[in-house]
Order: sequence, then structure tokens, then C-alpha cells
Amino acid sequence: MSSARKNAFQRFAANRGALVGLVVLLLILVIAVAGPWVYPTSPWRMVGRPFLAPFVMERFPLGTDTLGRDIAAGLAHGARVSLLIGLVSTSVALLIGVPLGALAGYFGGWIDDAAMRFTEFFQTIPSFALAIVIVAILQPSLTSIVMAIGVVSWPPVARLVRGEVMSLRTREYVQAAVTLGQSTPRIIFSQVLPNAVAPIIVMGSLMVASAILLESALSFLGLGDPNMMTWGYMVGAGRTRLIDAWWVSFFPGFAIFLTVLALNLVGEGLNDALNPRLSGGRN
Amino acid sequence: MQETTLTPDTVLAIDNLTLSLPKGADRAHAVNGLSLAIRAGETLCIVGESGSGKSMCAHAVMGLLPAAVRPAGGTIKLEGRDLIDLSPDAMMLVRGRQIGMIFQEPMTSLNPVMRIGRQIAETFEAHGVLSAPEREARVAALLDEVGLPDPAQIARAYPHELSGGQRQRVMIAIALALEPKLLIADEPTTALDVTTQAQILSLIDRLRKKHGTAVMFITHDFGVVADIADRIVVMQDGICVEQGLAADVLGDPQHAYTQRLLAAVPSLAPPAHAAMAEAPPALTVSGLDKVYRKRVGWFGAVREVAAARQVGFAIRPGETLGLVGESGSGKSTVARCCLRLIEPDAGTIRIGDLMISGLDARALRQHRKRIQMVFQDPFASLNPRHTVGRIIAQGPMAHGEAKAQALDRARVLLDRVGLPPQAIDRYPHEFSGGQRQRIGIARALALEPDVLIADEPVSALDVSVQAQILDLIRELQGRLGLAILFVTHDLRVAAQLCHRVAVMQKGQIVEIGETAALFANPQHAYTRQLFAAVPGRRFFGHGPS
Repeated sequence: MSSARKNAFQRFAANRGALVGLVVLLLILVIAVAGPWVYPTSPWRMVGRPFLAPFVMERFPLGTDTLGRDIAAGLAHGARVSLLIGLVSTSVALLIGVPLGALAGYFGGWIDDAAMRFTEFFQTIPSFALAIVIVAILQPSLTSIVMAIGVVSWPPVARLVRGEVMSLRTREYVQAAVTLGQSTPRIIFSQVLPNAVAPIIVMGSLMVASAILLESALSFLGLGDPNMMTWGYMVGAGRTRLIDAWWVSFFPGFAIFLTVLALNLVGEGLNDALNPRLSGGRN
Repeated sequence: MQETTLTPDTVLAIDNLTLSLPKGADRAHAVNGLSLAIRAGETLCIVGESGSGKSMCAHAVMGLLPAAVRPAGGTIKLEGRDLIDLSPDAMMLVRGRQIGMIFQEPMTSLNPVMRIGRQIAETFEAHGVLSAPEREARVAALLDEVGLPDPAQIARAYPHELSGGQRQRVMIAIALALEPKLLIADEPTTALDVTTQAQILSLIDRLRKKHGTAVMFITHDFGVVADIADRIVVMQDGICVEQGLAADVLGDPQHAYTQRLLAAVPSLAPPAHAAMAEAPPALTVSGLDKVYRKRVGWFGAVREVAAARQVGFAIRPGETLGLVGESGSGKSTVARCCLRLIEPDAGTIRIGDLMISGLDARALRQHRKRIQMVFQDPFASLNPRHTVGRIIAQGPMAHGEAKAQALDRARVLLDRVGLPPQAIDRYPHEFSGGQRQRIGIARALALEPDVLIADEPVSALDVSVQAQILDLIRELQGRLGLAILFVTHDLRVAAQLCHRVAVMQKGQIVEIGETAALFANPQHAYTRQLFAAVPGRRFFGHGPS
């Protein structure tokens, strides 16, 4: 295992795109962690003249928005919210999707049928519309947004895990565990799921990216947490003056783009590193 | 080593061929200094164990080497023309037209969504020969020539509608479509049943004689070699250790490795067993039924396949019952029913006095330790993420033994199956196939079972490793008094290991008896047919005539 893990690490390190993604991601993480120290005042506070262009005043390197709030401060505080929502809502989606998919895949039969019809029920509703409805009903807050994103993004996880488990369950070492008298939960957790971890990690990293996009879209529509400065809100707030004050929407939009791109690069890198036979072929 | 002599009718001449492996491989060369020649109408067998480089030779001739393997010296001459320096485009013309190839797995070599006739006609298209109507006629003629019934119907069929043997016949038809000078067959019968194998071998032989094709036949099976080879090349670790006329190599092997390989081929003559002590049976199966039902399409009729029909037998402690038959005969289903890995439709299974077949899930789990299994595939039967120690200890731990104690016992078991105690902290991928099978046996023995079910435990192993594992099973049985149900398709293995043999066909036991008596005088027509198909029967040991 140690050598297998080392190989996966080496393969990841050999992928230039994945490394660039990782560096960008770490940079954003540093900004998210250090933001409140660099910009201790609230990002909502009006600190200067409105519509100050970027690169003009040293105090406001990225300029100010329609109300004179510092855009750089907003980006730093927003990074925190975006990453937090991305990670937590992905965890929620995994917590729903992995157990459901594992049960459906392992037991098959009517349990599989029931679980998959339930999954399809969620898949047939447009996910963004469902997220809007959930947030609107529960009132916009950090918790309701995380819930909404988690609830709309677990179905693909359940499907993936179900497929993996279905194929792993027929492996001889799983049958051997049955003949040894291991209990079914133990077989699922110690024999089956650890071997399905690689695709789950890859999918998880890509889901963080789509969760950030979803949160930005909700904030853009004004359904973000009203107490939190987020990138999506900033894009939305500047959209009416897009022509004469482009920077108000551009910088947060660029931050979203950069984060999602970095996460996708890392996800692809993980995929190539953990599933070498599926992606690269032998060389 | 015998000099390869070139004569005018030499089709393929390989001279001092060396193929280098990338850095970090377990050896520097896949093939090192290989020289051989095949004349028209001659069958040359390249024989060796897995990793000997025998398949690499074939791929080098076809120009289909994996990217990491490079020719580092020597020549491959097909009718005097060197193939190594040929451009990919020129090589494409050689393939199919001058060299035909058949692979091991006839299912994956055919395109599943293309009709058979179309796949054969493609060969003509690729080389731009014959007009469309001529191609159609030629396809029918080829299908007829490889012995397929009703060629017109077969040409319209898809690969999944044919049996394994029929698919391999189609592959042969494709390989021979353009009447190549050289036919390369890479383990073409390994995935087939013995009776099908015998038919395919005789088909290849008949076509070779008729068309004067040179045949390069790659195999690990000395039985097959003895049946078809004119000349033999024995390979070990990429080096040709011996080559010569078949009669010389088989009858008077010079190299120690060849001698060892030949000695490891189990004889068809069963050894004498000590008489069994009378004892109550350890495993009793009676009236076992299992039918697989599958609906064809949405509204189609339900197709039923009887995998077991009224199967019954008993095995005493210390006795091995061989369950032999071809694929699809239901022998693996019966083995798995005994463990209730598959639920039988009817019938009883008793271990000693305990009725296993009636137990509910909880009670069954407690009694699972009395009957254990050794699996066929030594690579799929061990969890790649667990250490060997954990793999062996998890059985006793599932039954409440403390971890430290279970690991101590795992060390003892490793010693008993012939592995060093340090193996306990290592992972399965660090071991060879034979070593992995030893780990699988240790896992089964950790629970001190009364009954061991072994499903083809040696069929994925090389012949010399196979002999060691059989010795180990025999020795452990003598020491522990295990009752063993040994599932195998290989009559030689059954002859050597089993006290009694049951022959299965289409879910039924058609004949059961003491090994020596059954081998000397098989009663059922199907049993006789199986014996007749065993490759190398004339050369290695004698069954009934």
C-alpha cells in the first residue's frame, strides 16, 4: 500500500496542470485564512469614494464598488465563505450519497430499486430550481444554502458509489469475507468501500467546484446569506453598472473562475493519479 | 542449443532477437538473443511459464509490441524481408495478408456490435481485395472451411450468439482469410473447454496441412505441445533454454528447466491411495437443485438454465472428492451452494450432523467457520488494501478472537503454508500467484474448518507452481484430516489429488466413483469423451483407451 500510495503521489506531482491548480488553491486558502487579519474591518463598511477605479489608489488596489466598499476586502472575506460552503455542502452530499449508493449496490433487489427511484426523483427536478426553492422556503442563511446545495448534488454520488459497489461486491475477496463469517456492515465498510475511495475523492473535488458555482449563482440572485460577503453577491451587486464600472463585477467573477479552474485541475490530477489504468493507458 | 538452419522454404527466421524492457522492470530484456526458424507447413511451439517472454515474441513478429518494449538487436525475417525496420504503414499490409493471428480470448477479440460476416469481410476491405459479391461468397466458404454449421446463418449472427469454440473458429477464419504464410496463435485454446480445445487444435492442424501455413503456437500447456508440435522452443526468463524436434525435446530433454517442467505435468494415471477409514461423512449434500432464470427482453419468455439437478454426494474426513466437468456444467454453482454463497432452490447440506441449509443468517454466520473456501483467482481473492496478517486474522477475529492472538496464529499458519513470518506485514501485490494462493489457503485454515471447498485453486497457476500447491493441499489434508471438495476442469489434477471423482454435465452428476476405477473404466459416454479430449494423452501417462 505504501508503495502504491507513493506511486499515486508521484503521478500527481508529474502532472503540471494539477500542480498549478494545487498552488492556486493553496493561495486562495491562504487568502481565506489570512483575510480577516489583513482586512480587520467589515467588508460591508463604506471606506472610500464610490466607483474608484482599480490600480489608482494604493489603499484600494482593486477599487471600490457602488457604495464605496473596498473590493479587495470583499474578495478576501468572500474566499472564506465560498470555500467553506464548497467543502461543507460537498460533505453533506457525500454523507447522503455514499451510504445510499453503498446499500443499493450491495444488497440489490428491491432495496436497490427503492433507492434508485428515490434518487431519480431528485435527478428529474432541475437542481438549480430546487436549490432556489429550498433556500427561499428556509430563509437565506449559511445553513440553508449548504443544505440546499447538498440536497441537490448527492444523486450523482449515489449513482457512482452504487456502480462501484456492485462490481466490488462480486469480487472473490468479498465472497471470502462472507465465508469467513464477517458481518455485513463490516464487509461493506472494511472490504468494499475502501476500494471505492479513489473515484469518490475525485468526484468530491469536482463537486466542491460546482458547489461554489451554485452558491455564487444563488448569491447573484440575492439568495445569499445577507450577513456574509460572497463573490456571487459582489458580481450581482455590480451588474447594473457593468459598462462604466466593470471592475466591481469582474474581480469577484475572476476569483470564482480561478477557484473552479484550480479545483477542476486538481480533480483531474487526482483522477489520473488514483485511476492510472482508466485514464492514461500503459506507457 | 541446436543451430537454426535456413532452407528455401523457411517462412519466418528470427535471428538473435533482443527486446529491451524499460528501466525498473524486474529484468533488462523481455527476450534475449532468441533465434528460431519456421518452415512452411511446420508447427513450432513456443512453450514457457508466465513471464517467460513467449508472448512478446509473437507481438514482436506482428509489430504490436507495447510502447515500453523496444527491439534492441537482431532481425525478424519473413520470407527474407526484415520486419523490425518496417514503417507502421508497411507493417499494416503485412498483418493480415502475410501473417494471421489468433488470440486467447475469442470474446474480446471480436467486435460485439458487428455481425460475424461483416467482421470477416473487413479483412478483405482493409487490403482492398475482391469485389463485394466475391467477398460474401468467400466469407461463406471460410465459415464452412472452419467447420461452422450453416455459414449463412452464422454470418448474420453477432458474437454473443456464438459459443466460445465457435467464436474461436471465427477468429481462425479471419486470420486465414487472406491465406497468410504464417499463422501466430497465442494461447488460442486456454480459455476453452477440453473437448472444444481438441476440436480447435485439430482444425488448426488440418488447415495447416491443407494450405501449407507455418504455425507459431504459443502455449504453457505441454499436453497441447505433445499433440501438435513439430518443433519446440522452451523459454525461461526471456532466454531460449532449449529447442529442437518435438520428439527429442519431449523424449530426451537436455536442459534442467525443461526436465523440471515436464516432470511437473501431472500424470493421468491416478496414484494408489491408502484405504479410507470408515467414518461418518463430514459433508453430505443431497437433492441439491438450482435453476437460474433469466427473462429474455421485457416481455420475452423466461429462459431457465439448470445449474444443479438432484446433486448429491458425501465426503468423509480426510477424503478429497473431485468435481470435474466443463464450463457451464454447474460445478462452481454446486461448490458455492455448499457454502451458501448461492442459495440452492432445494436440497439439504449437512456438515457433520449440522444442517447448514436450514439455518437463518445469524446462525449461519456462527457456523461458517466449519466450511471454508479457496478461490480460483489468486489476484482477485485477496483484498489489495489489507495486509496479509489482517487477511488471515480477520476470520478468527470475526468469531471473537483477540487481535494479538489471531495475528500470532496467522504467523504460525504462514509458516505452515511455506511463507516467511515477515510476510504478515506486507500487501498481496508484493507476492507471486503461487504465494498468493498459499495466503488464500492460510486464510481458509485459520478458522480450523472441517470441510474445505477448493474452486479451481490451481488453474490460474504455472505448472511447476501448480505441483507445489497440490503437494501443500495434500500435506495439509493429511495433517488436519480435512474433507475437501475439489472443483477442477483438469482431469490430470483430479487424477493426482482426488480419492473419488464426480463427473458433472449440464447440472447433473453423470458418474461418481473411486478415481482409479473411474479412470480405468469410465462408464458414461460423456466421461469417455472428456478423457479422449485431454491433450497430450499419448505422451503423458495413460488413461483408458
